[in-house]
Amino acid sequence: MSRPDAVSAASRPLLQTEKLEIAYVSRDSTTVAVRDASIVVHEGESVALVGESGSGKSTIARAMLGLLPEGSSRIAQGRILIDGQDVTAYSPRQWEGMRGHPVAMVFQDPLSYLNPVLRIGKQIAESVRRHDRSAAREAARVTELLELVHLPASAARAYPHELSGGMRQRVLLAIALGCRPKLLIADEPTTALDVTTQAEILALLKDLRQRLGMAMLLISHDLGVVWEECERAYVMFRSRIVESGVTRQIFSAPQHPYTTGLIKAAKAARNSDNRFETIQGEFSTAVD
Amino acid sequence: MTSSFLAKMARHRSGTVAGLFILALIVLGILVNFVPQLDPHALSNDVMEPPSAAFVLGTDELGRSVLAGVLYGIQISVTVGFFAALAATVLGVLIGAIAGFYGGWLDAAVMRIAEFFQVIPSFILAAMIVAFAGPGLTQIIVVVGLLAWPQVARVMRGEVLRVKQLEFVDAVRCLGLPEGRVLIGEVIPNAVAPVLAVSTLIVGQAILLEASLSFLGLSSVELVSWGRMLNSGQRFLFNAWWLSFFPGTAIFLTVLAFNVFGDAVGTVLNPKGRR
Amino acid sequence: MLPFLLSRIAWGILIVIAILVLNFLIIHTVPGDPLQALLGDFPVPPGHAEKIRADFGLDQPLITQLGLYLGNLVQGNLGFSFANRAAVLDLILMRLGPTILLMVPALIFAAVFGIMLGVAAAPRAGSFRDSALTAISLFGYSVPVFWLGQMLVIVFAINLGWLPAQGMRSMREQLVGFDAVLSTLRHLILPGFSVMIFYIAIVARVARASVIEALHQDYVFTAKAKGLSQRYILWNHVLPNAMIPVATVIGYSFGHSLTGAILVETVFAWPGIGSLFITSITNRDYPVLQGIFLLAAVSVVVINICTDILYATLDPRVRKGM
Repeated sequence: MSRPDAVSAASRPLLQTEKLEIAYVSRDSTTVAVRDASIVVHEGESVALVGESGSGKSTIARAMLGLLPEGSSRIAQGRILIDGQDVTAYSPRQWEGMRGHPVAMVFQDPLSYLNPVLRIGKQIAESVRRHDRSAAREAARVTELLELVHLPASAARAYPHELSGGMRQRVLLAIALGCRPKLLIADEPTTALDVTTQAEILALLKDLRQRLGMAMLLISHDLGVVWEECERAYVMFRSRIVESGVTRQIFSAPQHPYTTGLIKAAKAARNSDNRFETIQGEFSTAVD
Repeated sequence: MTSSFLAKMARHRSGTVAGLFILALIVLGILVNFVPQLDPHALSNDVMEPPSAAFVLGTDELGRSVLAGVLYGIQISVTVGFFAALAATVLGVLIGAIAGFYGGWLDAAVMRIAEFFQVIPSFILAAMIVAFAGPGLTQIIVVVGLLAWPQVARVMRGEVLRVKQLEFVDAVRCLGLPEGRVLIGEVIPNAVAPVLAVSTLIVGQAILLEASLSFLGLSSVELVSWGRMLNSGQRFLFNAWWLSFFPGTAIFLTVLAFNVFGDAVGTVLNPKGRR
Repeated sequence: MLPFLLSRIAWGILIVIAILVLNFLIIHTVPGDPLQALLGDFPVPPGHAEKIRADFGLDQPLITQLGLYLGNLVQGNLGFSFANRAAVLDLILMRLGPTILLMVPALIFAAVFGIMLGVAAAPRAGSFRDSALTAISLFGYSVPVFWLGQMLVIVFAINLGWLPAQGMRSMREQLVGFDAVLSTLRHLILPGFSVMIFYIAIVARVARASVIEALHQDYVFTAKAKGLSQRYILWNHVLPNAMIPVATVIGYSFGHSLTGAILVETVFAWPGIGSLFITSITNRDYPVLQGIFLLAAVSVVVINICTDILYATLDPRVRKGM
């Protein structure tokens, strides 16, 4: 079902999962959220992970940075490799040294993912301090990062609730960029935004990726969003990757009926110039 | 719902222990009436006897049995606790339900009043009212009812706000029932469960309040209550520890039991543990 | 910030007025003559009753009486206590010192310990530490403070003889300077500890709950994803958020501390407001009781306003929102 990867073998894999299986465990039940998931992202590459909410894509993203809830979830099988290093069994302490660089992450809901009582500048400065040795120019670096995401330097003094949704998403982006990542995982970075802002953020992501030569793993439920941005895509359905390959090829000749449905929905949404309409019922499962 | 609630309560270990303790307390409080040897008012010449085989928990300065006092004290504490919590619950359920159901200015006004009652120093007010109005169980029950209803009303209001949006309420409305009937017949019965936890906690608070007031001497002399025993025990701290130790332990364990039980009810009714 | 502050102060004044009216109503609704409630049961000299009757306009309509009552209070006239042969206001101010000496350090300790306990237990819900905290807070909630005081006296003062049982200072010798301070400190330990337990219980319980809640907020993921350490996140991201509800409870504790003072001062014969309250109950010295109730209510309101200000400094959303 999967097609050969279109990327030259010369570039190094930055992030890799091999036959990953993730389960959520509670006192009386175990739910498998991800099965047999193999994903690879190479240096400088732009890859999409597409699927309904609940298909397990956010779970994979969290697992890639060791952010799964302790105690209630576990990696049952498979491996995760960052920059060739096996991080599957990392302890919380080991993860602290691994996060942010080379892999950083941007989350979905920009309000709840920013600390309400800390100024924007401080929240950006924290990642600068952690990942940039030249701490002397910390303030200058914060301004630089704000400029990079098209925010005025004065935004550093604001609190999250004083900014608009689009601005907050830019702040999250600036925080992630402060880590100087080689790979940015963006988990539904535009879902909480209106259409215009959505387009702005996507354009910004594309621009940054090219300017900084950074790889990106874009996670979305919307094929329409990813198809312009990403060379390759993985399609997830009910905890499994059902299709993968070059985005354009998937679009022109989908192999799985679920992908066909996604494409139809994306096209319909673009045509009527509305936001993506969720496909009901048969595709959703309980876990996210 | 009732049977699954009981089943879940039975699985909650500390809650079960507390529940059994409360049950035992009530049984003891009733049974003690049928044992004529245990008379808390009977004087004797064996004054200030320390606990021994003959005088199980010792005797006080007038030769009265501490054991009898502690057992009879159950009656006062449990009665006050129960009726005070009942009063607060009835008031709170009605006021909270009306505020949540009708909303608007009525709701705003009620919440302001509730806020006011949280600000006033309730213990001092209670002591003052009892000091003015004279000691008596009724006074304490009324005072607790008046001071504790906002705790119930808050929970009730929240639940009513939730329940009144449910579909079946609209369905009942479509049948043409008047609003008042919808509230009393449908909304309140479906919203009242979480109040149980709060009410149980109020029982503990009321028992503690009654004990505190009696300890300050604000209870009638004829009634045997734990707080009153501690009040007279205070004078003999230096030579008769048992006069304070046993009644105080009784208060502590009883209040503890109601608090643990209340927490358990809360956890069972609300497994996510919002509190 | 300023409009927010003004609105809170206006609210506070409203509450105080409501409490004054309540106080007034108590005098008039309890059985018996309101004159008696204003005088107390302690014998008063002839002529005083007439003066009070005139001052409070007891033969006039209720609404006029309310006006006169409020007018008297505004002038600082809280009445006269014949049991103590002193004006109520002076009497209360005189006794305020020892109560503050007892309660403020105890509350500060309780706040610090309570927060420490809550923060220590929260990240490992269900662990031994956490169960220990639950046990301590259940104990603190359920134990009657006065009985705890009595038990401490029996163990530490009577049986072990380590600490003094009663009073604020040793009566046997005339102490001066450092010795007097030391003696007072020794007298403070047992009553201070008794009141502390309850406040530790409520602070720890709220601190634990709000730290647990803050730990599960989304912004913690962002902080983790930056590569920040667990410890740094706890102190710099979680605590500043978790302290907001804790501030409320601490404010509440300070506001309602007179209640604890009354019960504990009785056990330890501590010469503060609480002891005054008890003797006034015994003497049926109503003017003093009302004065103390008023003091308690006003201190709750004032501390509430202080809490609101603290709130606004802790939470930028409140600062702008109001």
